[in-house]
Amino acid sequence: MSSYRIQGATGEWEVVIGLEVHAQVVSNSKLFSGAATAFGAEPNSQVSLVDAAMPGMLPVPNRECIRQAVRTGMAIEAEINRWSRFDRKNYFYADLPQGYQISQLYHPLVGEGALTIEADEKVGIPEDKVIGIERIHVEQDAGKLMHDQHPTMSYVDLNRSGVALMEIVSRPDMRSPAEAGAYVRKLRSILRYVGSCDGNMEEGSMRADVNVSVRKPGEPFGTRTETKNVNSVRFVMQAIEHEARRQVDLIEDGGKVVQETRLFDPNTGSTRSMRSKEDAHDYRYFPDPDLLPLELDEAFLAECRASLPELPDAKRRRYVEKLGLTPYNARELTAEVETFARFETLLAETAKGIGKPEKAVATQVANWALSIAPGVMNAARAEANPAHATASAQAAILAMQDRGEISGGQAKEIFEIVLTTGRAPAEIAETEGLKQQSDTGAIEAVIDGVLAANQDKVEEYRGGKDKLFGFFIGQTMKAMEGKGNPAVVNQLLKAKLDG
Amino acid sequence: MSVDKATVAKIANLARIAMDDAALERMVPELNNILAWVEQLGEVDVSGIEPMTAVIPNHLRLRDDVVDADPLTGGGKRDAVLANAPAAEHGFFGVPKVIE
Amino acid sequence: MTDLTQLGVKAIRDGVARGDFTAREVAEAFNAAVAGAAALNAFIVTTPDHALAAADAVDTRRAKGEGLGVMGGVPIGMKDLFATKGVQTTAASHILEGFRPEYESTVSQNLWNAGAGMLGKLNLDQFAMGSSNETSWFGNVNSPWRKAGSNAAMSPGGSSGGSSAAVASRIAPAATGTDTGGSIRQPAAFAGISGIKPTYGRCSRWGVVAFASSLDQAGPMARDVTDCAIMLEAMAGFDPKDATSLDMPVPKWEASLNADLRGKKIGIPREYRMDGTDAAILASWERGKEWLRDAGAEIVDISLPHTKYALPAYYIIAPAEASSNLARYDGVRYGLRDLPERAGLQDMYAATRAAGFGDEVKRRVLIGTYVLSAGFYDAYYTQAQKVRALVARDFEQAWAQCDAILAPTTPTASFPIGSLDKDPLTMYLNDVFAVPASLAGLPAMSVPAMLNADGLPLGLQIVGKPFDEQGVLDVALAIEQRAGFEAQPERWW
Ligand SMILES: [Mg+2]
Ligand SMILES: [Zn+2]
Repeated sequence: MSSYRIQGATGEWEVVIGLEVHAQVVSNSKLFSGAATAFGAEPNSQVSLVDAAMPGMLPVPNRECIRQAVRTGMAIEAEINRWSRFDRKNYFYADLPQGYQISQLYHPLVGEGALTIEADEKVGIPEDKVIGIERIHVEQDAGKLMHDQHPTMSYVDLNRSGVALMEIVSRPDMRSPAEAGAYVRKLRSILRYVGSCDGNMEEGSMRADVNVSVRKPGEPFGTRTETKNVNSVRFVMQAIEHEARRQVDLIEDGGKVVQETRLFDPNTGSTRSMRSKEDAHDYRYFPDPDLLPLELDEAFLAECRASLPELPDAKRRRYVEKLGLTPYNARELTAEVETFARFETLLAETAKGIGKPEKAVATQVANWALSIAPGVMNAARAEANPAHATASAQAAILAMQDRGEISGGQAKEIFEIVLTTGRAPAEIAETEGLKQQSDTGAIEAVIDGVLAANQDKVEEYRGGKDKLFGFFIGQTMKAMEGKGNPAVVNQLLKAKLDG
Repeated sequence: MSVDKATVAKIANLARIAMDDAALERMVPELNNILAWVEQLGEVDVSGIEPMTAVIPNHLRLRDDVVDADPLTGGGKRDAVLANAPAAEHGFFGVPKVIE
Repeated sequence: MTDLTQLGVKAIRDGVARGDFTAREVAEAFNAAVAGAAALNAFIVTTPDHALAAADAVDTRRAKGEGLGVMGGVPIGMKDLFATKGVQTTAASHILEGFRPEYESTVSQNLWNAGAGMLGKLNLDQFAMGSSNETSWFGNVNSPWRKAGSNAAMSPGGSSGGSSAAVASRIAPAATGTDTGGSIRQPAAFAGISGIKPTYGRCSRWGVVAFASSLDQAGPMARDVTDCAIMLEAMAGFDPKDATSLDMPVPKWEASLNADLRGKKIGIPREYRMDGTDAAILASWERGKEWLRDAGAEIVDISLPHTKYALPAYYIIAPAEASSNLARYDGVRYGLRDLPERAGLQDMYAATRAAGFGDEVKRRVLIGTYVLSAGFYDAYYTQAQKVRALVARDFEQAWAQCDAILAPTTPTASFPIGSLDKDPLTMYLNDVFAVPASLAGLPAMSVPAMLNADGLPLGLQIVGKPFDEQGVLDVALAIEQRAGFEAQPERWW
């Protein structure tokens, strides 16, 4: 249970949060037309006659958008409705050319599902928590209005008009800003694993409508407000904090929360009432008569299921159970698609290069991927070319290290040169002298020299002062200019001294 | 059910059709006539009947995700899209300034 | 030389193909006829150059020995509900006045591809809402027909009234129509011509200004059944741009026409004998039965118990869909914009739509808005869609007993313009026999039967099974061959 509470004059309040996340579906063309969806194009250049709602234009649904929504539904283990249909939501606005949005109210494509947010003591989530997802439906995005280009006019760009969105509606199961933040992050991660949404919040690929109400713990739900189109995790959390505080203050001052639509202002971190959308809403939903019911067959569903990748929770579990990673490392490596993808490629190459099972090298590779490599990259940032950090170069470094040819320090040095020059690790080790000496004959010769030069210390050591062992190691390594393989040096020295 | 002038005004606003008092006044009996007449549908026993969804047995076809596959329903035609606009400026449609 | 305007689709096509006359000669003759018939107000705009260009293309193809298309050399009228590239398309409304689409509707494109040319854009009831052609922003269409001994202007029916008037007056050999609740069949009946509404989904709706999407269907209006078969073949076909388009091949309706009805059963729905139906209409129905018996068919009595409820259900469903379909006319992207001093966006919408829509359109948009609004949706819209399902079920059950249904097209003959427009409900009743087939998406046709005592045409309606346009055309042909309807309006225009 979340212990997040708002302190009010009359005692503690609990905040109840539900989120409607609009996620842009990854597709080449729009939900109902063939116009492109790419971000950042010239105004109205990606608009078809259908998107501009010319007279007589008709919608024809994009299979890929339906497929992606179904795959997303499967990823949250939701019920997939084999029979769904599109409804029209009627209202007038300049960004809505048809005068209605094609959406799904009565029969959504995806029904009940859930996702789990992970325990994180630091932010007040003591244990894993399941957040219910009520439904996912597919709908059209609206166009964009620009208000600052002309003294008396707003400009309308319809490039986004008709782009496919999934609206993912949670249950009001969250009880703190942190839980809401964790939910959005987890949802984003799942969407990106599935590949149904790029999760790019800056470009508006994911926006949340934040439903917030407050109540005294144990009492029924209060009246909620909906803050529209909040476009970052941080803003979602800020909006909740501000809105909850506002509602508590309002109620405690004898006021009443009105069910309304509000707008988040990122500059002040506050919300305000959206007066323009105030007029009595009556969307007059009804089935879109241009579209027949959407019926999915077994083959379609089977393909959707078969194409699902391993999902974050399963992957995390596998990293711990099958690869022997720490839970922390497993979580870090699975949080982002890019991270695990890089890790898995490097792990496979390294295991192959060394000739050991993945499990045997997983910890070494995880440490390299999570801390060593990023550290070197950071230090060399100015001159580093990330493109040089190929999996095969890194695997080669890790293999040399595993074989004892180079030390940990040398591995870092070699990687830094790889990053700045793109040269091959083996060649760097060779020409830059970044190799460990493992040849026993050569090391023995050096040791013999060190022992001969320090006969007195040898006597003391043999007399019981075994702390001197470190001294001999140091002298030997120094004589070898730091390139002696520590394990070999250690072993030979021990044999000579004790011998 | 029947409508009064206030209801007609509300509907006219929902439908975004400006109507003055006289027009509203005129519309009230006209709409009530029609509504009273369609009310007879209430007599029909529709128990166990699903509302019609598809007129002719047919299923929804889905199209492939290809950009501009058919030029008639593709993008990249800004001039055609703006050709009939009452106020097109700098590649945009212009509307009276909206305050959000 | 023969008067080319006396020829229909087949005669023109075959004559051009044989070289009896050129397509250009045909186009010129009809262009002249159109120009001489301004008093009918059948056209909103005329496009003589389009007709000539299409004709010249056909003549060139013929000179090269190439195929001319199933409509090769036939100039037609295009209902102004079909978007025609570069040619004003208005749906007879003020709100679309001046709108020049950058696209061509699928149906009109199909016709051009088949060798047809365009004489002009035909007048209609505004947004196809009406049964008398009195709701057009561009003025009433006058029927070429008049009551014997009267000069009163008569209604050509609606909404395809420009189409019916043009074909009946021989200023166009054929025209496109659209039928939402009878808008092809009723005007065809009023004008003494033939018209068929095919199965819902046969003709693409892409590029046709929408009235009620689940009902709208395009179809041909022509002088006889064969011409309708030819033209429907050219208009119909699967269109991937319309999600409700039927993905099936277009049958060879013309080649398969067969008026021998032996072994066929024709149903007579007893519920169509309504109070108030004109005696002459009932008499024509009786004659129809005799003709079909003569053609070898067996006449059977059937019941369509929910007939009475079809019209009120239609007047919920069609306005509901229309209220939403017409939301796009908002003064932003095309058409009229009325921007009062210091008006905001929402005021602009309201002013534009108030100025741009006619009374009947407003009435239906308001009804549609009301029946979909919060608290009323289930009582009106859902109930109406259930009743619609029952109407469709009535027909399905009837198909166990018969192959096609014969009924009157309308309860009365044409009426004088201005005689019904004060009372919307009386006007709506014009479509009482036409609407049930529309609600069920079935193919249905009107074919001329006879003149009444006033010298006005009466039509008979044939309704068929889904996809069975052939069966409908065959029954219509059997009637046509026996009715021997040759009457033409006397020229007064
Ligand atoms: Mg929302
Ligand atoms: Zn939404």
